Amino acid sequence: MGFMSRFAANKGALVGLVLLIALLAFAVLGPWLYPTSPWRMVARPFTAPFVTDRFLLGTDTLGRDVAAGLVHGTRISILIGFVSTLVALLIGVPLGALAGYFGGWIDDALMRITEFFQTIPSFALAIVLVAVLQPSIYSIVLAIGIVSWPPVARLVRGEVLSLRTREYVQAAITVGQSTLRIIFSQVLPNTVAPIIVMASLMVASAILLESSLSFLGLGDPNLMTWGYMVGAGRTRLMDAWWISFFPGVAIFLTVLALNLVGEGLNDALNPRLSRGRE
Amino acid sequence: MSQRPVLDIRGLTLALPALADRPYAVSGLDLAIAPGELLCVVGESGSGKSMAAHAVMGLLPRAVKPVAGQVLLNGRDLLALDDAAMRDVRGREVGMIFQEPMTSLNPVMRVGDQIAETLEAHRIGDGASRMRRAVELMTEVGLPDPARMARAFPHQLSGGQRQRVMIAMALALQPKLLIADEPTTALDVTTQAQILKLVDALRRDHGTAVLFITHDFGVVAEIADRIAVLQHGVVVEQGPADAVLGDPRHDYTRRLLAAVPSLTPPPPRPRAEGEPVLSVKGLGKIYQRRSLFGAGRVVQAASDVSFSIARGETLGLVGESGSGKSTVGRCCLRLIEPDAGEIRIDELDITALSARAFRPHRKRIQMVFQDPFASLNPRRTVGRIIAEGPVAQGVEPKAALERARELLALVGLTPGAIDRYPHEFSGGQRQRIGIARALALDPEILVADEAVSALDVSVQAQILDLIQDLKKRLGLAILFVTHDLRVAAQICDRIAVMQRGEIVEMGDTATLFAAPKHPYTQQLLAAVPGARRLKAP
Amino acid sequence: MGMARFLASRLLKGVVVLFAIAVLNFFLIRAAPGDPAAVMAGEAGAADAQFLQQLREQFGLDRSIPYQLGVYLKGYATLDLGYSYRQQRSVAAVVGERLPATLLLTGAAFIISLALGSLLGILAAARAGRWSDSLITTAALVFYATPLFWIALMSQIVFALKLGWVPNVGYETIGAHYTGLARALDIASHLVLPALTLGLFFTALYARMMRASMLEIAGADFIKTARAKGLRPSVITRRHIARNAILPIVTLAGLQAGQLVGGAVLTETVFAWPGIGRLMFEALVQRDYAVLLGVFFVCSAMVVLFNIVTDLVYRVADPRIEAA
Repeated sequence: MGFMSRFAANKGALVGLVLLIALLAFAVLGPWLYPTSPWRMVARPFTAPFVTDRFLLGTDTLGRDVAAGLVHGTRISILIGFVSTLVALLIGVPLGALAGYFGGWIDDALMRITEFFQTIPSFALAIVLVAVLQPSIYSIVLAIGIVSWPPVARLVRGEVLSLRTREYVQAAITVGQSTLRIIFSQVLPNTVAPIIVMASLMVASAILLESSLSFLGLGDPNLMTWGYMVGAGRTRLMDAWWISFFPGVAIFLTVLALNLVGEGLNDALNPRLSRGRE
Repeated sequence: MSQRPVLDIRGLTLALPALADRPYAVSGLDLAIAPGELLCVVGESGSGKSMAAHAVMGLLPRAVKPVAGQVLLNGRDLLALDDAAMRDVRGREVGMIFQEPMTSLNPVMRVGDQIAETLEAHRIGDGASRMRRAVELMTEVGLPDPARMARAFPHQLSGGQRQRVMIAMALALQPKLLIADEPTTALDVTTQAQILKLVDALRRDHGTAVLFITHDFGVVAEIADRIAVLQHGVVVEQGPADAVLGDPRHDYTRRLLAAVPSLTPPPPRPRAEGEPVLSVKGLGKIYQRRSLFGAGRVVQAASDVSFSIARGETLGLVGESGSGKSTVGRCCLRLIEPDAGEIRIDELDITALSARAFRPHRKRIQMVFQDPFASLNPRRTVGRIIAEGPVAQGVEPKAALERARELLALVGLTPGAIDRYPHEFSGGQRQRIGIARALALDPEILVADEAVSALDVSVQAQILDLIQDLKKRLGLAILFVTHDLRVAAQICDRIAVMQRGEIVEMGDTATLFAAPKHPYTQQLLAAVPGARRLKAP
Repeated sequence: MGMARFLASRLLKGVVVLFAIAVLNFFLIRAAPGDPAAVMAGEAGAADAQFLQQLREQFGLDRSIPYQLGVYLKGYATLDLGYSYRQQRSVAAVVGERLPATLLLTGAAFIISLALGSLLGILAAARAGRWSDSLITTAALVFYATPLFWIALMSQIVFALKLGWVPNVGYETIGAHYTGLARALDIASHLVLPALTLGLFFTALYARMMRASMLEIAGADFIKTARAKGLRPSVITRRHIARNAILPIVTLAGLQAGQLVGGAVLTETVFAWPGIGRLMFEALVQRDYAVLLGVFFVCSAMVVLFNIVTDLVYRVADPRIEAA
């Protein structure tokens, strides 16, 4: 069975993919759907959802359109999710590959550092980093990247370590290929599948992390994000539940979609691992 | 057969799932084993022999279903039993041991408890009496200091000891039938001899019928009373061991037997006495496990190893696992960096070179690996795999691909294979590709590390022929690393026997086999199964 | 390696990690924009000039960086985590006062999630492919994807505010002055909702991991051996599969300790639970960096200690470790 058919055989993964495509569409089309700033007060505060056609999801404490905030938030969440995952990969993949391929003291040193970063409570570190560097989209991406790379490094190291002793890598050494060439042409291409799977799950946790930071008031003050919306509405939960409710659903759906797609990729890319019981 | 058989399999047919390469794992299987009799079911990989054994035990994978026939144990059809009744049969009436003693025991449970568990499963005795019985059983299977060892965890035991524990477990309730599924395949030859002896003694003492599954004709010749030869799920020949081995009727049996290398080396071939092309002097390698506190475990993998090989000569490096033979082989290519000694190709001391400086000289010494499935990068075409070496050494990619085509023909594959991926080939074909890759650099020396050990016996014979042929045509010097003395007898001009990192004996193959001097060599040769009954074809 | 020696090496490693975190804290203060003294004192301009001058002298802020680092580390070595100008108290005192509540919350959430999660994982694996498996797997997937702070808010509104089953916020009933058992019950009633919400994500996580781990072990060779003995499936599941499948969960629990602490920040913020997580949020709002970094250090110390405990548990649970 090919990759596509294995992926398509997983119903959850297809649902996730459809959801993800819809979210991406919202992210891309956002400025056309809601051209004005989501911060603008457009109606009476506390307009309940599903009452007026214009403000389908109601308005918040200051009369801002919840739906507009959601759509603009999609852009930010997905952007931060992907970029910070990229940052984490850029740190984690080279470190893991170096540690796994060279072993010895290089491995020891790099793994001590990785362990160190893995021991530090990641969310607390992210809070401290963003607070100290002042909240902005850059500090948030950097903080999420810094706390998310250790698992990548460990995964890549493990894969490289096992590939390194694989006989075809040994064969590449005996025919005289250079170390760099071996890493790039024999080792790394065979680690791509697990990295892709992990990356898709990392985007999900990056989005969760970003929304948690925004919820605590550590979001970029110029950007409307889902986490900020939940946090802003929480003091008026009793009389205006929808302000916090809808953004939470949006986060949930996004994270769920990414997790489903990640699992589908895992099944499709690593068929031998996911076969389960005979 | 005079006695009523313990096990009587009649017309057993096992259906494979829809996407398998054939509809039935076994079809129309008829086997019978009398009390105390040992029946060997022998076949190559994929013959269905293991499925047949699992069917008796009711341990088939879910996808494989019995669709016809009966499995009669003392007259009762096991296929007709429900789960609970079958569970009662397992352990009580049939015991089973498996191929991998390393993974067949629960790693977090003491071995004594695991043996006692068989008794517990059938509600026999109380905790204390089960433990006593477990220690008795461990004594019977020849484990040292059984009372203490009962408290050990599996990882603290050697492979042979673990297999003894498995046997104790399987025989705890004195079942009438023991199923042994390749029980010695993962073991060293001396350990294998001990386990075979143990199985033989136990079935004689207790009158246990044994269904013994194996691919190894040496093992068959050593212990079988009767033999059934399985090919593609069908028994092609069945009969008393002496008859099948001495006068095989079926063509397939004949071919299999002919492919088993003889322990008697062929008469020495005349060879040119040349200058050695590879000479190793005082090679040493120590593995040390690093730890934060104090010294780690030290293993002397090679110590003061010296030998040399001339052009057109094959030197066998023979030993059991952990003897250091593979380490020495890999040191010669500097896949492992030696700690001591020198390795010369002609006059060039390659241990004195930096890794970068050695790279251009790598083409002179090449390697053929053991595992034909792991030695080829799954993401590259066969052509690129073969051409990679010459390209790394500066040959034009186009010319290298052209040469790859020629090499494929040389190793007996069609040039069309060049654009295909490794997974499209069988094990033997992959090994040919591996050889082509090694030859692509026109090496003077070839290191073959267990190059035929993962192959079925008939394929193994073909690859050995190919290596012999290439050696003659290309004048290669070959370092042939193997644990298999039969293979070594046939292919090597000289043999070096390694034990615990040292060469204990080295000499002409014929001399060494005829009159081994070192006690360890004698022990190794004595342990090779089937020496009595398997004669040179 | 004997147990004492192992413990010693683990403790040493933990001290090294804490030392590194102290160094990290030191540089974080200097990474913040502005005068380090002002950063330490809190929001710029909030502190008076006299206090800033005192800070500069105390930490040698006009001297070389290594000197400053030395002074800073000396403070940490004597458990002096700095002084909160906002609260007019030492950071250690502020954090110490809040620590027990967090230990109670995270401890309860951890025990709930580990017990419930592995149990559900075992159930799902044993019924793999059937509806009860689908139910558990789907629920785990859903709760694994739900943001913790949102779950906390929603359960607060439903179970505390609308239904009134449990108290809304806080650690105990203010002004009730309960003692003894009555106080314990009062605290427990306040604990239920935060502990369950915090535990929910980890329950989902452990259930997923346990299920996967169970299915993997079920394919191991020694399970075939167990079946060949004639053992009942329930015994095989319990004694052979689950016993081995729990090992990676123990490792995971160690790795996830940091996340548990992070989750506590969110949960405590929502439920006004007076622990160090809530303290962290308050410090954020007040820009009280001294407290923020102090909490960060103590959180890390908690995780380090917890990791040592899980390592010990693993050593006891897996006899193979001795050999490695």
